[in-house]
Order: sequence, then C-alpha cells, then structure tokens
Amino acid sequence: MLNRKGRIAWLVAPILVLAFAQILCAQTSAAPSPSSDTNARLAKLEQQAADAKSSADNAWMLTSAALVLMMTGPGLALFYSGLVRKKNVLGTMMQSFALMAVITVLWALFSYSLAFGAGNSFIGGLHNLFLNGVGAAPDADYAATIPAQTFMVYQLMFAIITPGLIAGAFAERMKFSAMLVFMVLWSIIVYNPMAHMVWGKGGLLNASLGGRFPTLDFAGGTVVHVTSGVSALVCALYLGKRVGYPKLPMPPHSVVLSFIGACLLWVGWFGFNAGSALAAGSLATSAFVATHFGAAAAAVGWAAAEWFRNGKASVLGGISGAVAGLVAITPAAGFVKPMPALLIGLMAGVFCYFMVAVVKAKFGYDDSLDAFGVHGAGGTLGALLTGIFAVSAVNPIFKDVQGHPLPSGLIDGNAPQVLNQLIGIAIAWLIAIVGTLIILKLIDLTIGLRVSEEDEVQGLDLSQHGEEGYYWETPA
Amino acid sequence: MTKIEAVIQNSKLDAVKSALQEIGVEGMTVLEVRGHGRQKGHTEVYRGREYSVDLIPKTKLELVLGDTMVDKAVQAILGAARTGKIGDGKIFLTRVDEAIRIRNDERGEGAL
Repeated sequence: MLNRKGRIAWLVAPILVLAFAQILCAQTSAAPSPSSDTNARLAKLEQQAADAKSSADNAWMLTSAALVLMMTGPGLALFYSGLVRKKNVLGTMMQSFALMAVITVLWALFSYSLAFGAGNSFIGGLHNLFLNGVGAAPDADYAATIPAQTFMVYQLMFAIITPGLIAGAFAERMKFSAMLVFMVLWSIIVYNPMAHMVWGKGGLLNASLGGRFPTLDFAGGTVVHVTSGVSALVCALYLGKRVGYPKLPMPPHSVVLSFIGACLLWVGWFGFNAGSALAAGSLATSAFVATHFGAAAAAVGWAAAEWFRNGKASVLGGISGAVAGLVAITPAAGFVKPMPALLIGLMAGVFCYFMVAVVKAKFGYDDSLDAFGVHGAGGTLGALLTGIFAVSAVNPIFKDVQGHPLPSGLIDGNAPQVLNQLIGIAIAWLIAIVGTLIILKLIDLTIGLRVSEEDEVQGLDLSQHGEEGYYWETPA
Repeated sequence: MTKIEAVIQNSKLDAVKSALQEIGVEGMTVLEVRGHGRQKGHTEVYRGREYSVDLIPKTKLELVLGDTMVDKAVQAILGAARTGKIGDGKIFLTRVDEAIRIRNDERGEGAL
C-alpha cells in the first residue's frame, strides 16, 4: 500500500510543479501590461455576458409576444364565439381577428408613439412616428436588455386584445363597419393615453419611472381590463338589448368552443403576465406562478359559488372563473407572493360570479358575454387588491434616493398605495366612460351603430360577412 | 301497406334497429327530431341564467310495410324501445295508398 501511494505521489508531483510554473509564468507575463490585454478580455467577456443575457431575455419576450397574440386569435375569438348563437359565430370571431390586422397597422404608423413615445403626463409624443428610432437598440427606460423593437411588438399584442374584450358587450348586434370605426377611435382616444399614463415615459401614473400618482399595474389591470370592461358596460347601455333579450332564450351555442378558447387564454396569459417582467429572470417566474395560482383559485371560487347556488358546477362556470382570476391577477402578478395570489383569485372568482349572475340580472343590461362583469369588475378588484398585497420582496419597484427598496403595498407597510391605486382606477373608469360615450355618439350620428332588426334576426354571419359558420348543405 | 312512425329515445335506436332486422324488415328512414309529449323538459343554467329546454331530442323511425308485417314490427319496436318510464315515445300507424320504386317504376308492395 505504502509503495503504491509513493508511486502515485511521484506521478502527481511533476504535474503540480508544472501547473505552479504555469501560474508563475502567467503572472509574470501579464504583469507588464495589465491594462491592455486583460482589460480588453474583460470587456469582451462582459460584452459576451450582456449579449447572452440579451439573447435569453429576447427569446422569452418574443415567445411571450406570440403567446399574447394567441390570446386574441384563437383564444378570445373561440371563447366569445362559443357563447353567441350559431348565426353569429363568424361575426364574433371576425371582431377579434379584425383587430389583429387593424390595430397592428395603427401601432406601426402612430399608436406606439402615442403610447410609449416620450411625451407629457397623459399621452406620448410623435417622436416614434412610423416606428422611427425603434430598432435593435434597447430603450433602457422600458427594458434595457431587449431590442426596442421587441418591446414594441410585445406591447402591440396588448393593444390588440384590449379592444377585443369590449366586443363581448355588443355581441350579436353591432355593424361590422361601426365596430371597426369604434375600435380604431377607442384605441387612439382611450387605450393609447391610458397605456402612456401607466407605463409610458413621464406618464402621470407610472410607478417605475416616477409618475405623480404611481399606480401599480404589472400587466394591465387598469390599462387593459378596467378600460375595456368599463367601456363594455357603456356600450351595452348605449346600444341597448339584443332583439328579444331577455325573453328569448339565448344560450351559448357551443360551450365546447368556449372551453378551448378559455384554456388557450389561460396558457397565453403566461406571456401576458410573466412576459410583463420584460426579462426572463426570477420576476417572470414570480409573475408566472401568481398568474397560474390566481386562475386556479378563481376557477374553484366561481364553480363553488355556482354549485352552492344551483346545485351544479358547470363547465362554463369553471372556465369563466379561470378567466376572471386571470383578469384580477394581471395588475398584481409581478408584485405579490403566491399565497396572496391564491386569495386574489378566489375573491375574483366569487365576486365576478356575483356580478354576472346577480347584479346583471338585477339591473337588466345586456352585457351579452359579460365583458363588464368579468373584465371591468375583476380588473377593478384586482387593481385595488394589488395595492394591498404588493410587497417589495417580490418586486422592489419603489426605491429611496440611495436605491434601497421601499415598501410597496398595504401589507408591506405602504398604506397610501391603496389611495394611488384608487386614483389609477378612477382615471381608468373616467377615460373609458367619457371616451367611449364620445365615440359611440359620433358613430351613432354618422354611420349608425346597430345592424337593422332584420339583419340581427338573420345573424351577423350572413348579414355582415355573407358567410355561414356551419354550412351543412354543401353540395356533394 | 302501412306507414309506421315511431318516436323513440335516442339511446334505443340500436336496439330497435336490430329487433326490426331480426323479423326481416329491410328498409327504414331515421330522423333526428326534437319534441315533447308528457315528458317534462329540463333546465340549463349558463352564468346564472336559466333556460328551460322543453323540446327534447328524440329519434324518429319511418318505415312502410306490407300488411302482414305491421303487427310483428310494432311488437318488435315496443319490445326494444320500452323502459316503462315517461318519455319512451309513441308509435303512429297510417294507411299508405301507393309505393313507387324510382329506379324501375315498380308499384305496390313489391316496391317496398
């Protein structure tokens, strides 16, 4: 044994000597010019590390952008079109799809600039008109590690789905032409200013860039869901009920379509919320987990409320609950821990069920697919709860002058944040109500909002698009 | 010749079809229909709104038979479609004046 150990020592010793000599040589050879070679290599290494991080973040953000587009088509298109009568299935799908095309064009020409260009407290300027200056270089104010163009296209997907949500309120009765004009104007008058105020440089409510009333809105509780949901209520009230509502039965023509749509929404929402971290780090994970927990707990909440009240838990109830939870967790996703996320979801599920099944029936408005009951109510609740449950341990968004994190929400020791949330919510309600009323009046006085009664009875598919969703009599 | 129209439960179609094939019935027409007799419908609830569905999906068989076959066929349908509960359906018999085979203009029972 001794002998064997000795042999190994003899073998190892020269290797050690060689290695030591190497280190000595390296030190002596590097010593004369420490600045040039090492610094150059360090700089190169730093650049490579930054490039690697940028690539990783960019990969996640492009994936997220695609996921958010999937929420509109086919997600929202299927979710909504399953809830209408079968004569309106294509008309309803088209309302979602048209936005994918039209809003994209607006965004490229001027909407991105109005929402995210540097401007005043309320709206962006025209510096980024025609995407001028929006290229491969990052915009450090928004996301320092991804190309500004990635940020632009990611935000575009939000601008697409937001007006799409409103369509649930005027389903089965609005002219396609009127709907297009409405969406274009709404995007300009309501969405762009609201997005600028909450997320844009210099925005009045921007929490990360020092706005006057910092409103915590991680992925669009106020910008997306409150604005669209409240506008939906205004639309439902202004347009009036569908012919025959509520006497004629108008059950969903295919809960199957809605089920597929809702599950696609759930998956897409990971891009919506976790993508709003604008990077692939641990904040994205936190938002991902909160999103999933919120959806799950809300599905349980809605289905349980329904089971308790009707004696059965329905599929439509379960998926509606999941969507309500996703809505409510949207502003909170990157600010709250997992347990509050469960709580926010559960509350949203029960609350939105109550809004849809009890409040709507009591007031009798025809918010056909419950855009207000789910997005308006769930978004408002979520935005408020964000001010309560946000903690700096998840996301240190507020910092003192030295850069130390300050408390975020009420349970973190920052009670006044609830007031800021209320201000943000109030502004979202106000801009949605006023903007939507002006647009509706304008269209009403010019081209008209509703299809004729005859066209409504025939259905949007035939009267607006000259097609049928389910054409059984195909000639052999 | 007699036409048998039988409205039955959807779930009994296969049993009735085999029972009729067993006694030698060669042709029939089957329709998906909706309707109601004494059977009450059911309620469906979508987001808190109740809808009462009183027209229930049923299956209707139509067959025209020569007079010797009619009783046997009625017995076969009764035997296969009956559960003893409300909603089992009904059988209607009607006299038929003429049957014509389109392929060769054959008339009467031979065309069945």
